[in-house]
Amino acid sequence: MQYENRPIYIQIADYLYEMILSGKWTDGERVPSIREMAVQMEVNPNTMTRTYGLLQEQGVIFNKRGIGYFAADKARDMTLRLKREEFIHSELPDFFKKMEFLGMTPEELDELFNRYKESNHEDK
Amino acid sequence: MITIDNLTFRYGKKPLFDNLNLSLKEGNIYGLLGMNGAGKTTLLKVLSGQLFRKEGDADVLGFDPGIRHPEMLREIFYLPEEFFLPRTSVEVYLKLYSPFYERFNKEEFEGYCEIFQLDLTQKLSDYSFGQKKKFLLAFGLASGTKLLILDEPTNGLDIPSKSQFRKTVASAITPERSFLISTHQVRDMENLIDPIVILHQGKVILNNTLEEVSSRIRMEKTLGEPAPSESILYSEKVPGGYYSIRKAASPSEESALDLEVLFNGVVTDPMGIGALIGEERA
Repeated sequence: MQYENRPIYIQIADYLYEMILSGKWTDGERVPSIREMAVQMEVNPNTMTRTYGLLQEQGVIFNKRGIGYFAADKARDMTLRLKREEFIHSELPDFFKKMEFLGMTPEELDELFNRYKESNHEDK
Repeated sequence: MITIDNLTFRYGKKPLFDNLNLSLKEGNIYGLLGMNGAGKTTLLKVLSGQLFRKEGDADVLGFDPGIRHPEMLREIFYLPEEFFLPRTSVEVYLKLYSPFYERFNKEEFEGYCEIFQLDLTQKLSDYSFGQKKKFLLAFGLASGTKLLILDEPTNGLDIPSKSQFRKTVASAITPERSFLISTHQVRDMENLIDPIVILHQGKVILNNTLEEVSSRIRMEKTLGEPAPSESILYSEKVPGGYYSIRKAASPSEESALDLEVLFNGVVTDPMGIGALIGEERA
């Protein structure tokens, strides 16, 4: 499946993972309500309900009845693991296919990656 | 909240609806799609007691809409495509019209007006067309009615207003209310309207949630024209390639949905795609 061609509720989930990984949503803290997020993202609240349902199923957020939704105590670690797995399964195969097609070796990649890291550190 | 059975309606001798069936539930933002002349506005007017059906049963909030019972009318706000606003101040308008709606909430109204950047000290007649529309939208959203009918609400709105429109609608919907929005501007409503209702050749040929739609079909963009096969239900040329609708092979791998392509596909092949999506679920 094409990586971009994913249903909207999954695309929103990605945004919420980003909130967790970037630290805007912190472990154990309360997160915005479904309604607040639906308004912010300008989507149907039913869609946001589906997204929250997915994150809840994965254990990244949980619902305290009558109070609202909270990020799990290990939300960041869990999200990182989820995103790593997704990267390995959804993105790497295409990437490897292209590498093979273009005749690139892991050694070349290693060098490029090191150069990338260096230039990134210089920027900071 | 709305049930219509075997509705028939004609203008003169020409039948517009022929045994039309429709059922709408609370808590949803329905998108009503249909080609020019399909009868979207007529359907909205029949539902709200502004036109009378010839045959068939209709139940709107527990009433026959043709009777125009006040108990029903106070639970419906209807924003027509072309509307009238009196030459008064906002204050006078609220005094005149808000008593019709017992749950009208002035704070919410002011909140929506703020999102729409409306100057409430101005006379209504000094507003531009788009501002008038936004004023009525804010009023309707704040009216608290169980049913809110919007006929082409984003026509005439400028670009920032379309985002403001989505925000206000998403914040005004509650489990007790339903919105029925007719539109040609599906890009303005993408990710907002769900379920989708498609009116075509006198019948409702689709009335399903996007979750139901995506459990039955996949959409795929390819560079080349997809080779004809049994699983390809529809395809059309779009900038940069082809968009095609396939039958879903497994329930797991959902795809993004493009409402324009969905509409074109369902209207081109109602018995195929429409029936496949609408099929009873096990």
